[in-house]
Formats: sequence, structure tokens, C-alpha cells
Amino acid sequence: MYSRAYKSVVSVPPLLWVAAFLLLPYALMFAHSLWAVREGIIVHHWNLNNYKTLFTNPVYLEVLSRTLRIAASVTICSILLGYPLAYYLAFHAGTRKELLYQLVIVPLWVSYLVRGYAWKTILGSDGVLNGFLQYLHLTHEPVGFFLYSPFAVVLMLTHIYTPFVFLPIYAALEHIPRPLLEASQDLGAGSLQTFWRVILPLSMPGLLAGATFAFVLSLGDFLAPLLVGGPSGTMIANVVQSLFGAAFDWPLGAAISVGILVITISLLFLSEILEKRWAFK
Amino acid sequence: MSASPANPAQELPAEGAELLEVRNIAKRFGAVDVLKNISLNIASGEFLTLLGESGSGKTTLLRLIAGFEQPSSGEIWMGGARLDVLPPYKRRVNTVFQNYALFPHLSARDNVAYGLRVKNTPGREINGRVEEALRMVKMLDFAANRPSKLSGGQQQRIALARALVNRPQLLLLDEPLSALDANLRKQMQSELKSLQREIGITFLFVTHDQEEAMALSDRIALLRDGALEQVASPREIYAHPATAYTAQFIGQTNLLRGEIRGSIATCGALRWPLEGTDGPAMFSLRPEAIRICTDGKRQTNEVKFRATVRQQFYGGSSELLEVDCGNGQTLRVRVPARGPLTGEHDFVFSMAEAIRVQE
Repeated sequence: MYSRAYKSVVSVPPLLWVAAFLLLPYALMFAHSLWAVREGIIVHHWNLNNYKTLFTNPVYLEVLSRTLRIAASVTICSILLGYPLAYYLAFHAGTRKELLYQLVIVPLWVSYLVRGYAWKTILGSDGVLNGFLQYLHLTHEPVGFFLYSPFAVVLMLTHIYTPFVFLPIYAALEHIPRPLLEASQDLGAGSLQTFWRVILPLSMPGLLAGATFAFVLSLGDFLAPLLVGGPSGTMIANVVQSLFGAAFDWPLGAAISVGILVITISLLFLSEILEKRWAFK
Repeated sequence: MSASPANPAQELPAEGAELLEVRNIAKRFGAVDVLKNISLNIASGEFLTLLGESGSGKTTLLRLIAGFEQPSSGEIWMGGARLDVLPPYKRRVNTVFQNYALFPHLSARDNVAYGLRVKNTPGREINGRVEEALRMVKMLDFAANRPSKLSGGQQQRIALARALVNRPQLLLLDEPLSALDANLRKQMQSELKSLQREIGITFLFVTHDQEEAMALSDRIALLRDGALEQVASPREIYAHPATAYTAQFIGQTNLLRGEIRGSIATCGALRWPLEGTDGPAMFSLRPEAIRICTDGKRQTNEVKFRATVRQQFYGGSSELLEVDCGNGQTLRVRVPARGPLTGEHDFVFSMAEAIRVQE
């Protein structure tokens, strides 16, 4: 349909873009991960020591495993909140559907930072939550572990990523042909069986897409732990940040980044395989 | 096939006994009366067709019986118990949906097994019954395929097997053949009819296609704007339509508008003796009831008229003529195929074929 010349002209700019801003930085990052720092200077001495450190130093492994735990918790909590919400909107909200949908979307327009500071205000020792609990005489002094804990990080990330989980699930549920639900009932299945045997399997691609969003975005998050995490809530991206910043150990930071990248890409790959298997069109 | 496990005869009332009773059912959607005071009985083993144009309420009536809608008033009884108060999954009624509604994530076999699985039927029994149902619709070879890998006709068969494997007392079919092309449709009609005879399950079939209704049904219930226009066997409804609407909807007809005065019926150029009170009257005269009178003679019970052939439509074994009796009165006449015909001719029809209908 289009000439060869036209095709190459339109495909060159995006290819250049990808090469300059994606492939080159990744190559640089990978190269850095194989270099070393001597007396405060990065030397181009090829070695695998950074990876050895990453896999042997318990500090990094502990932060990495905490990061994975937090990301998994956020994913589970977002699904537990997002799925029922999507289910209600898709099947039972009736005329309130539009309004509720907008209410789910609106928080996405608010800056991430503003929402982070909002949680600081709510969870802090003289924050809204502690004030409320003391007002009710349920506690007599401020509870400290609300803020600056892995709990606070999970709470904030769940709040931020629930709409991302909600949206693909809602889209999947909306696409289930309603006659299928009637057919299920007609064949003797009650609501629970219909959910289990028809609705859930048909919404799996959406659920998977949402879960992947939540997990991957949480995995690389560094602002939530920075704002509400405290020392006990530090995540792997904070370590990378400090290695590239104050610690000036770019090679080790790059090695950890490569590790995160490998985890992320494997997850996306796995999710794509599963999504394909569960797509029934 | 008499030993088929899908044969529920031992659990059913005797053939011909009443199975379903629809009592004064009405259904309103907002301000719209979709069904108005419908009463209808279906006998066990019967093939009953709900026939009507789109919007006549036939699908709504089917959905009320399946349980997907609640009646605004009235009751539905099946086998001596209230049906309309039960949720769909507790009714011994299964449905073949218009676009089949097969589960896209399940194989043909698992689709058929669905109803048995949700009722916790033992695995061995499921396998046997599913096998039997698939064999019945000649789909054993395609059992492993997902619906997306099946043709329309094959999906249709799976939908049928999926419903029948549950041994319903009543099978509801919502325009099941409308998505198929003409040839396949004819073939499926014939298979559906013989299947129904074999297994003896009562069929309630919805269609807008009057030919399909005529070919398949024991009785036809004609719906018009949410009310029953006439319920009768295909032969009866064709030969003795009660209303002008029925006469026109089922087959082709000539509607003759005229009057009865002094025991003479007059419709334009046509006159014949008829007992009845004086006043306006309407008659349905089928095109094939009129024949060309070659020798100019008529029997005593026949009406003869002279008319000019205006149009001739060749239809293979027969031809349809449009003839003008003068004064612009046009009649359609179906005659055996006989080659081109022009000019004036004598036509006759038997008085008994002019059926008096309500407007």
C-alpha cells in the first residue's frame, strides 16, 4: 500500500528516539554495572564484583526482599479493593455507574506528591488519624507506627495504584457478554458459581494486567518510601537513588538497577504469556 | 436413540398432558406494555412456536418463562407448581440463546458439561451424558474445540447439546436459526424437528419467520403487539385465520373488504351468497384458492369473475398472477406454472375458501 521509501521515512524518527533515549541509556547502565569505583572515580575496569556484592551483601538482599513483599502486598490489596469495585460498577451500579467511575478516576488527576503529603498529614503522630483516635479515647498518646513504616508505604501505594488495577478489570468485566451470565444461570448455576466459572475466568486478562501494573510500578517506587516509609520502609529504588547520589557508587547502583530491570521484564513477559493464554476472542 | 439417557420420558407427565400454563401474564417496561394479559398452555411433548414480528413480545415471554424477567402480573405454572417465583437456576427449563451464548473460555465438551458440573453430578455420569449429547448433535469430533474455532452451525449444535444434556422438561429456543444462512437453516430445521420427536422434550420455539413456524410446529401462537392473535396448528391457522392480521402474516392472501346484505356478500366485482347479519365484512382468499376457468363453466359452489392479467411472477413450480377485476380491484392468483399469460380470463374460487376474518 505504501512505498518502501515512505515506510522508511516514517519509521526512522521513532527508531532514533528509541535508540537515543532507551537503548543507549540501558547500554550505559549495563556498562556501568560492570565497572568499578577507585578512590572516588569510576574506572572502566570490567568485572562482576557489583553483582557479587548484590547477591552476597545481606543488606541489599533484605531491602530487595522487603521491596518484593511490599509490591506483592500492594498488588493484593489493590486487587481486593479494585476487583469488587469494578464488579459492582460493571454489574450492579445501574445509573450511578458514570458518577462512580469518575470518582475512581479523579484521584489520578491529583499530583502523586500531594497525595503522599496527604498521607503524611493523616498518619503522622499529630496527624488526623491519631487525633481522631485520641478524641475517641481509644488511645492516650500518639501511635508512632502509622507513619514511617512498611505499612504506611503499602497504604499509600495501594491508594495510588488501586485505580490502575480497577481500570483493566472494569474494562474486562464490561466486555463479558451479558447473555453468558444468563446462560450460566439457565444451566443451573447460582451467582457464586457463575462468578467462579464464568466471570472470574473471563476477567483474568484484565486482572492480570492490573496486577502487573500495581506490582511493577510499586517495585520501582521511591517516593512513597521517601515520604512515609522511614528507615524500616526503605525500598530498593531508594538504595539505587542513594548509590547514585550521596554514596557515589554508580556501578553498584547500576547493577541493582539491572537486577530490577530483569525482574520487571521477566514479569511483563510472564504476564503477556498468561494474558495470551487467557484471551478467548 | 430410544435408550438415550437424554430421554426424560420416565420423569415427565404423559404425552399430551399439560406441562406449562401461562396465566394472565402482563409485562411492562416503564410505560410500555410489552405483554398484555397472555394466557397459554403448552402440552407435554409439544412443539409450540411463538411467532411474531420484532417487538411483538415473543422474546419477552420466553425470558419470563426462563426466569430472566419477572412478570408485572400473572402467574406461570409448570407441572403443577409455580414457576415464576423460582430463580432461573432452579427451573427445569433450559434455553438455546439467539447467538448461542457459548462460554468462550471452555471447549465444546466443557460447554456441554457446564450444567452437570454446577449441579455436582458425579464425574463418570457427566462423561457419559456429555458424550451422548455430543453424539446426538453429531459433534463428537469437535468436542475439544473452543467455540471460536467452530462454525455457526456447529456452535448451534453445541448450544443445543448444552441445553439438552440437562434433560429439561421444557426447552426454550430463542430464534436459534436466525444467524444461519438459508441452506444450513433448512437443514437445521429438519434436524431440530426429528431431534424433538426422538427425545420427546417439549419445545417452545421463538421465531419471526412464518415459514419456519409452519414447517416445525405442532401449534403456532401468533403474537401481535404483546397480545395473542391466534393459537392453532399450522394447518388450522393457515386455512382458518381468525383475523386479517393473521391471514396476512401467515402466507400470502387477498384481503377482500366488502359487506353482507340480504345474505349476499359483495366485495367489489365479486358476489356470492352468504348467510350472516347485514353489515361490513372482510374475507381472506388465498391466491392458490383461485384458479383459471378454461371452459367458462363454474360449479354451483364457486364464484366466477373476469379479470385482466397485469403482472406475472414466475416461481418455478407455480406462478403468481396479479389480476385486475375492474375498478382497480387487484387480486393475486397462484396457478401451476403454465407459460406467459395476458389479456382477460375467467377465474373461479370456491365460496368456502373465502374465509371471513376480523379486522
